[in-house]
Amino acid sequence: MSKNWPLWEVFVRSKNGLEHRHFGSLRAADAEMAMENARDVYTRRSEGVSIWVVESNNITASNPENNGELFEPAADKVYRHPTFYDLPDEVKHM
Amino acid sequence: MNKDLYNYIIGIADNSLILGQRLGELCGHGPSLETDIAGTNISLDLFGQVRSYFQYAAQVSGDENATEDTLAFLRIEREYKNVLLVEQPNTDFAYTIVRQFYFDAFHLLFLKALETSKDETLAAIAKKSIKEVSYHWRFSSDWVRRLGDGTEESHTRVLEAVNELWMYTDELFHQTEADKAMIAQGIGVETLALKETYYKMIGDVLEEATLPIPESKYWHKGGKQGIHTEHMGYILSDMQYMQRTYPNMEW
Amino acid sequence: MSDKEVKNLEDLFDARIARDEKIEPKDWMPEKYRKTHIRQISQHAHSEIVGMLPEGNWISRAPSLRRKVALLAKVQDEAGHGLYLYSACETLGVSREELYEQLHSGKAKYSSIFNYPTVTWADMGAIGWLVDGAAIINQVPLCSTSYGPYARAMIRVCKEESFHQRQGFEIMLKLSNGSQEQKDMAQDALNRWWWPSLMMLGPTDAESVHTAQSMKWKLKRKTNDELRQQFIDQTVPQAELLGLTIPDPDLKWNEETGHYDFGEIDWDEFWQVVKGHGPSNKKRMKDRVGAWERGEWVRDAAMAHAKKKEERKNQTKKAV
Repeated sequence: MSKNWPLWEVFVRSKNGLEHRHFGSLRAADAEMAMENARDVYTRRSEGVSIWVVESNNITASNPENNGELFEPAADKVYRHPTFYDLPDEVKHM
Repeated sequence: MNKDLYNYIIGIADNSLILGQRLGELCGHGPSLETDIAGTNISLDLFGQVRSYFQYAAQVSGDENATEDTLAFLRIEREYKNVLLVEQPNTDFAYTIVRQFYFDAFHLLFLKALETSKDETLAAIAKKSIKEVSYHWRFSSDWVRRLGDGTEESHTRVLEAVNELWMYTDELFHQTEADKAMIAQGIGVETLALKETYYKMIGDVLEEATLPIPESKYWHKGGKQGIHTEHMGYILSDMQYMQRTYPNMEW
Repeated sequence: MSDKEVKNLEDLFDARIARDEKIEPKDWMPEKYRKTHIRQISQHAHSEIVGMLPEGNWISRAPSLRRKVALLAKVQDEAGHGLYLYSACETLGVSREELYEQLHSGKAKYSSIFNYPTVTWADMGAIGWLVDGAAIINQVPLCSTSYGPYARAMIRVCKEESFHQRQGFEIMLKLSNGSQEQKDMAQDALNRWWWPSLMMLGPTDAESVHTAQSMKWKLKRKTNDELRQQFIDQTVPQAELLGLTIPDPDLKWNEETGHYDFGEIDWDEFWQVVKGHGPSNKKRMKDRVGAWERGEWVRDAAMAHAKKKEERKNQTKKAV
């Protein structure tokens, strides 16, 4: 067993209506402590109304080496964007 | 001035003052950065409460020269009315946590009762402080569980702190003349009514933490009368250093 | 990978930075980029947490409740900033424990200024005003540095630090407007902290080994000497406002350059302190190592408890 406290990622909702955003990370022995530490470390100046913590190990991240196959194929699908379509100027709001 | 009310406020405030001071000593020396930050947060909450109480006490005192700072820094030792528990030293993290744990349980029950005080200012301070102290209680009781049901070493250490500080818990419920007068007027908290719940709260957590509840019935008291342990003089010489060395100056 | 391929990758990498693109943790990066960042970010983190000690020295003696809470909050912020920076550093594949180990063994450096003792209350003012002032000058450009996690940590740090310098200046202002004893205390603090603050901005450009590379990676946007000049130019009028005298007989406004000329910095003293022989180096390390060692059983207990809880949870699941 590693004796060091594992790393956790902290996500904070700044106010209702906004999404949780990644705020940073911290060390904690368990989820309860991670939650308490997140409160003490990342919301000292009333930065949040809701906190998520997740142990960093549990995050699966995409690899930048695969960025080509993952993200570039979307680049030429311009028909997914409204500007792809020609409309007469008379149509003002659409 | 309303001397009983004044003394009553001072009694409450001094607990937060001295405990806040003790926690402040630890800033920068915690077992981890996260725990350090948490301890300082508790200290800051307590000092925030102290300022509200002292500002009110200064007003009640009728002395126009009284301020939150004269009350915090310019009394003699016998005039500080905090319980002995809060002045006990930061022997190690176990002592720090158990001191906090014993105090938080009382503090939380006390404030919940004070919230219904006939004195509106005290009720308002209590209302705001309850939220802070609920968190303190959560923090300290979680740590008692961790240390008690952690490693053999942590169990031994926290058990020692639980036993050594136990004798200071009874004083939390003692009543001074001012306390009695305030209770009679519906301003003060009837502390005796809190006692059973308090020991139940403490006992439940200790049980979860696999720690035996101390059986000793030898209690130490004196703080509420201004008769302190020998630690207190050193706390004050530290805390009062500037105000005593450079009297009548603004900072 | 052949040397030529690496060279090619490095050119692409440098081009990305030149285009103001950010580098993120899993991106390919030259080994030297990674090492340089670990060194700089961890030094920065160490400076924050060692920096807690000289100010922490006055928390219990702060002269008023208002000052006490401000100081506590400030020192606490430094713990937070250390934490943000260690976290940024960890994204480069080195753990906080390893970084502590480097600090405790003396292998890693931290800002030398924290090796001076805080002997009077006015030192809290001087540190906030001068040391945080110099730190801000160093830090603001880092908010747009090339390594994403570092830049994000710095944005948070800078936002939170905005009160630190004001806190210090306010202390100085109060002292300067106070009794003769208070004025003397303020002047004495300025005398002791002025030169170390100038040194804090780093060795002169001629002596500085890392500058060119760091500029390219946006770890640095201005040279040490430029930063120092900026600090002096902005601080001299503030000292005048306080009615305090900067302890440098050669300090004078230069019409031609539009900057202040200043006297010779005692670089021997600087290197002596860097090498571990400053007035408080040993005390600072003893405090840091002591806190870490005294905390070991606490951290172990928390881990052991977490493991027990996890096991109990799994057993309950199995039973169901």
